[in-house]
Amino acid sequence: MAILEIKNITKQFDDNLVVDNISINIEQGEFFTLLGPSGCGKTTLLRMLAGFITPDSGSILLDGKDITHLPPEKRPLHTIFQSYALFPHLTVFDNIAFPLKMAHWDKHKITAQVEELLEDVRLTKFMWRYPHELSGGQKQRVAIARSLVDRPKLLLLDEPLSALDARLREHMHIELVKLQEETGVTFVYVTHDQQEALALSSRIAVMNLGSIEQLDKPAVVYSKPKTYFVADFLGKCNLLKAEVLAITDTGVKLKVADSIEFEIVDVDNGNYAVGQIGWYSIRPEKIKLSRKMPTTEFMYIDKVVVNGYYYYGDATLYELSFDGQVKLQVMLSNTKAEEPNFFIDNSEVFLSFDPEAGNFIAEDQCSN
Amino acid sequence: MQTNKLSKLLVFGGIVTFLFLYIPLVVLILYSFNDSRINVGWVGFTLKWYQVLFADQQLVAAALNSLLIAVIASTVSVILGTMAGVALHRYKIPFLTALVMVPVAAPELLVGVSLLLFFLLINFTLGYASIILAHTAFCISFVTIAVKSRMFGMDDSIIDAARDLGASPLKAFCLVLIPSILPGIIAGWLMAFTLSLDDFVITFFTAGVGSSTLPLAIYSMLKMGVTPEINAASTIIILFTLILTSIATKLSPQLFK
Repeated sequence: MAILEIKNITKQFDDNLVVDNISINIEQGEFFTLLGPSGCGKTTLLRMLAGFITPDSGSILLDGKDITHLPPEKRPLHTIFQSYALFPHLTVFDNIAFPLKMAHWDKHKITAQVEELLEDVRLTKFMWRYPHELSGGQKQRVAIARSLVDRPKLLLLDEPLSALDARLREHMHIELVKLQEETGVTFVYVTHDQQEALALSSRIAVMNLGSIEQLDKPAVVYSKPKTYFVADFLGKCNLLKAEVLAITDTGVKLKVADSIEFEIVDVDNGNYAVGQIGWYSIRPEKIKLSRKMPTTEFMYIDKVVVNGYYYYGDATLYELSFDGQVKLQVMLSNTKAEEPNFFIDNSEVFLSFDPEAGNFIAEDQCSN
Repeated sequence: MQTNKLSKLLVFGGIVTFLFLYIPLVVLILYSFNDSRINVGWVGFTLKWYQVLFADQQLVAAALNSLLIAVIASTVSVILGTMAGVALHRYKIPFLTALVMVPVAAPELLVGVSLLLFFLLINFTLGYASIILAHTAFCISFVTIAVKSRMFGMDDSIIDAARDLGASPLKAFCLVLIPSILPGIIAGWLMAFTLSLDDFVITFFTAGVGSSTLPLAIYSMLKMGVTPEINAASTIIILFTLILTSIATKLSPQLFK
């Protein structure tokens, strides 16, 4: 059963439709992520779940109970704010004890519960310090402990790691997932960082202009983007003009970049029609490069020109073009110990790929 | 080389500024310990002017009046000014913010005359009540500015966090907002207190017949010439102000940056 049901939520500020009729069911114990660029409505949606904004229409059910019009303090859920929002005049201990005091817990029970949480986030040594005496990562852990201390049904996280440096952020990723698994609390996580969303989530809702463009497991959202926006927003993606030539039992036959034809498997292709135009989307790391004609049964394109490359350490990104104007990117892993044998600029190479590695996005799925 | 010259110049300027500000005060303080009826030439050290001062019933009464007025005016203005400061921070209305600053910048003479005219207009009997009202009126601005500047450095989401963690709006205000801006509130109170205690011009216009504060009493004593007794009284006021302003500066560093 879904712990959180969001039903047809709409919110408008002045003439600006910020959240447009969104419905989501989130399961107990999920790590659910709302991913999108700034201004896509993800924070507004989160603030409606927390109770700081009232939706214009629609309803929010938590554990079967309608909470749409409850004030924030009456909702059995907590938010972790981007700025941590620790109370500057209270010690670490008193910060974590705050929700328990508000709920009128017994004093001894408060002490025991706070001490347990302090141990969970390894801050026992710092319990009498004030927030300004802590590092960014420690503050973050206090905020997490404070939000989990009374075992809420739901934890909302509003870009909680954006203030941390890259190394600490990666470390906190692991901690967050571990904490979520240990406590079993359902997480709703808001971020604009696609890497973070892919790494942490059990499911991702990609949002744009107040609507959900795609909602699925990270691997599906990444490898089979449903819309142009999703393909473009999540990581690097080659989007080549394509046209549906025929619809087969298992998928569709495409003509890509006006030159190559192949068939792809698409199980939910019901909406496509012959003659429909759109894009063939394929990720740069799913394409191979070679100096000689490839011997695999994959699709290949010859006379591809290398326009340039960027060495990233773990991989090298190539900018390529064929037929004069069709541009694409290929990412090759640097698997050898020595310096890679780069494909140099202006050389002609073959590229090959499994047509199944990409998918077709119809133009009417394009939102911008 | 250039920066070196500049920094020397700045140090020189700084020293001159402080000499300019404090030489008269130092002279005044020194002469309060001078064993002579007139303020010319050092004769010898004595504490007798302080004895004379504390024996002067009228002056002590005026000082007690001043303290009482300052306590009431600063406390009332802290309550109103804090609410105004929080409101101005939350509902950023630029015009109102400017209006709050005006009484701080306006000439005291003008404020005093306008208050006098206002009290006469509404038929309000001049006396200690009118002094307290007048002091409260000009102190509110200082408190508002102190509170507002404290809130400027505050993370606004802590109020949301308090609500989110189970506090009602009132509890969030009392348990989270007020404690986290408390240094600003105390600094505002101390400033209001010292301003009220030292005020002469506005008090002069709004005091009725027979009501006297310490600055008014000192002024009337001056008519008979500057006696070392006045030096002693001034020294005590300076000391008092110095202590209060240093506490205020420490509590609200943003305000004095």
